[in-house]
Amino acid sequence: MSDSEFRKTPFYDMHVSLGAQMGPFGGYMMPIRYKGIIQEHNACRKASALFDTCHMGEFMVKGVRAVADLENLVSCDVSSMKAGQCRYGLMCNENGGVIDDLLVYRIGDQEFMIVVNAGTQENDFSWIKSHLSAGTMAENISERTAKFDLQGPASAKIMQKIADQPIADMKYYYFKPNTSGGRKIIVSRTGYTGELGFEIYGDPDLALKLWARCMELGAEPAGLGARDTLRLEIGMPLYGHELNEKRNAAESGFVRSISQTKKFIGSGTVQDAAKKKNSLVGITLEGRRAARNGDIILDEAGAVIGEVTSGSFAPSLEIAIAIGYLTSACSNQGRRILVKNPRQNIPGVVSEMPFYKQATARKPMKDFL
Amino acid sequence: MSPEDRKYTKTHEWIKVEGKTATMGITDHAQHALGDITFVELPAIGKVLKQGQECGVIESVKAASDIYSPVSGKVVEVNSALKDAPEIINQDAHGRGWIVKLSDVDTSQLDSLMGGKEYDTTAGNE
Repeated sequence: MSDSEFRKTPFYDMHVSLGAQMGPFGGYMMPIRYKGIIQEHNACRKASALFDTCHMGEFMVKGVRAVADLENLVSCDVSSMKAGQCRYGLMCNENGGVIDDLLVYRIGDQEFMIVVNAGTQENDFSWIKSHLSAGTMAENISERTAKFDLQGPASAKIMQKIADQPIADMKYYYFKPNTSGGRKIIVSRTGYTGELGFEIYGDPDLALKLWARCMELGAEPAGLGARDTLRLEIGMPLYGHELNEKRNAAESGFVRSISQTKKFIGSGTVQDAAKKKNSLVGITLEGRRAARNGDIILDEAGAVIGEVTSGSFAPSLEIAIAIGYLTSACSNQGRRILVKNPRQNIPGVVSEMPFYKQATARKPMKDFL
Repeated sequence: MSPEDRKYTKTHEWIKVEGKTATMGITDHAQHALGDITFVELPAIGKVLKQGQECGVIESVKAASDIYSPVSGKVVEVNSALKDAPEIINQDAHGRGWIVKLSDVDTSQLDSLMGGKEYDTTAGNE
């Protein structure tokens, strides 16, 4: 594909003018890095960073049967959500494979926003539409909705300067309509970095202005490279790597996001413990050489016991880490493994996630204002 | 601008001959393209290399790429500072970020390599 076949976010020209190295992701040309992945990663952990997430999809779902329809479509509980709350869930196919991972925003009793990944959004929208009751409305608002993430311990102060209404009382995984210069935005205390931070939704022209304002206030633009190392250190999944349509959602081990009691599409497989053959684990490697997506994992005797789904040098830990699936019988923490490498197998240990334990996302906002 | 005191390969290594030894590394253009370098695999001392033979690996956050010997020779020294601080290559690819020193270099092979200006043109067109 040539560059022109990829879509551009409303921020594209600005990324180019900032000197970003651009690359394809999820059908879009996205910034991979600006000054350097490690510098951007550290800015997010220690101060604040900005991420263009306009490529992600947003759908509105409303109607008297919206709750029941979403309960059927996603793995997390929906009816227990309060207005203003967000919840992470998986959308599964009939076999329990994952069509996408997403955030459900409860706007009101019968009104929701669903936020999905870029590369899957068209497929997601048709799947959702084909599983709604006759009276439930679904609208894809992705084209007219810009989104960027402001993340890091210094993000709260910046967010308060650009938002008209106070944000101090916002809890983790809650959102609030707000305004900036009188224009509507949605501020969500969520993110993909492990740090205290926000996802901000608004009109494209306004979002572009707010991004520039955040930069003036000290936030550093960060690309998909840093976004990936940040989420990896926290053990958050990337769709297409840890999650896909073929693998049973239960193998992710995301127990808080997968209801064991309600029925949803795929729940027959997902809730059947006997079908959980593999388990998602964290692996800490010895040294700096990285394992990569698709690398085979061996036990100490050389038998194949799993596969790496994501791996990188971890800037905050200064060692290489990986996430992957191991045969459940071999997935206990502390188990020594080898990642197969054509040059030299890399020794590692099954480790607790998150790998990076000092992240600020769940800490009280007042400590950062 | 790549300095003219050394020669360059199409695979983005540089080599500088001084007396009987030659020092090699990767170019500033290459380190910039790779981004933050996080790991370098160095060859064993004493290893005899042929021109174009793979002699190490450089990993950045996003990728891994092989290093090739610009000329035939024998490894006499490696930059062991790179083991714990591979970012030296990002900071000074043509200087402190050198990777290998070779002896018994086949200097006739230097003619097949590029000068700085030619390398910049080639690399700039990639």
